Amino acid sequence: MKKIKFLLFIFIITAVYTLNCFAEGQLEKPARLRLATTTSTENTGLLDTLLPAFTKNTGIKVDVIAVGTGKAITLGENGDVDLIMVHARSKEDKFISDGYGVNRRDLMHNDFIILGPPDDPAGISGYNSASEAMEMISGNKSNFISRGDDSGTHTREKELWTTAGITPSGTWYKEAGQGMGAVITMADDLEAYTLSDRGTFLSMKDKTDLIVLVEGDNNLFNPYGVIAVNPALYEGVNYEGAMRLIAFLTSAEGQSIIGNFRKNGEQLFYPDVIK
Amino acid sequence: MVLLKALTLIFSADREVIFIAMTSLSLAVASTIVSMIPALLLGTLLSIKKFRGKSIIIVFLNSLMALPTVVIGLMIYSIISRSGPLGGLRLLFTPWGIIIGQSILSFPIIASLIYSALSDIRPELPETLNSFGVTGIRKLYMIFRESRTAVLSAILSGFGRIIGEVGVSMMLGGNIRWYTRTITTTIALETSRGEFELALAMGLILIFISLSVNTLLHLGVKSHG
Repeated sequence: MKKIKFLLFIFIITAVYTLNCFAEGQLEKPARLRLATTTSTENTGLLDTLLPAFTKNTGIKVDVIAVGTGKAITLGENGDVDLIMVHARSKEDKFISDGYGVNRRDLMHNDFIILGPPDDPAGISGYNSASEAMEMISGNKSNFISRGDDSGTHTREKELWTTAGITPSGTWYKEAGQGMGAVITMADDLEAYTLSDRGTFLSMKDKTDLIVLVEGDNNLFNPYGVIAVNPALYEGVNYEGAMRLIAFLTSAEGQSIIGNFRKNGEQLFYPDVIK
Repeated sequence: MVLLKALTLIFSADREVIFIAMTSLSLAVASTIVSMIPALLLGTLLSIKKFRGKSIIIVFLNSLMALPTVVIGLMIYSIISRSGPLGGLRLLFTPWGIIIGQSILSFPIIASLIYSALSDIRPELPETLNSFGVTGIRKLYMIFRESRTAVLSAILSGFGRIIGEVGVSMMLGGNIRWYTRTITTTIALETSRGEFELALAMGLILIFISLSVNTLLHLGVKSHG
């Protein structure tokens, strides 16, 4: 019995100790700041470069919850985060006009690209129009992987299909319901086409055979915005912290960190406030 | 290659890997302890007492074991979200949120395993104890003592379900770096990033932890028995 008691003792000590650590983290002042953002900013490692500089300046710890744009907006609507950094302008405008968000700022941009296997079965290489390329893919019934998760990229993809006047369906059109990185891996495996933001693609370039087939269309412009959650909606929303982070992100320092961020030697995001 | 990577990760004592492993372990231990006590009581109660509605509770418990972790995550989310009834407590995206979800996850497993262990192995034990005039806490203690192996494996099954789950940790913890990132959410994240080797290495670390905990507890019980 002694041994069991001893083990139980160790168990309880470990638990109490950790809970204590967590509790200390909880009570830390100023309160933690919660940022819901897209997988593209997290997966590329941009935030790991940006946020430590902010924490150093202000002492505010930022908790990053990386989900698709659609879910990030839901988290904002429920008051579960203090600000959101997303990329789907139509959804952002709705978020603000519905009264959930205030003080939207343009932050940075990059562009979407259509990726595909190097042998390009649908022959879209060289097309400048994204929706024409999508038409070719659907006409050829080549595999296309859709994010299918209501993310910013998925929103844009649906807009492109609408522009092309196509309602994609059939076995060639696969809705994955996963993040960008996972979808690129899937498309690589299935030799399929997909729409990606350039940042995620560049950060995964060494892990995939997919190549950029269509780029440069105005419809492929990908702007990121940052929006504070309306503090009037829920008690305890860290509005001050959110505004300080927005101020930092749009400051000369924040913007230059964005502009200088490189992955595999390439620039992933272009600052929009101070160029 | 993957094994090598896992071993390097463990022995290089990378601060973040250790933090993640410790987070996983301590959350699972805390949740197991939280759910263990009511589950033990309910399981024992079901096995030694006869009352109306007993079989309904048993069927209910067994069905709860099949509940997907994300569903539990969703239910708790809707309660502790700031727009939910307990929003003011700000439990979402904290370790506390994960502990709530994981405790609910392991409760039915421990309770129903305790119930079946006690009623199958020693149906006569409570009667015997009664005839010796042993009651209350003392009786409970004797029952657990006599069936400690079954009790232990029930608790370990609860622990096992928790430490390997990803739905609750992801939904209620938010996979926040240096805060609520656990081994399983790291695996999910690294997989989505295409870092398969790192993900597999983390998986091996998880097995290693689970193996250590199980071995330790079994040795404890064996040497005693």
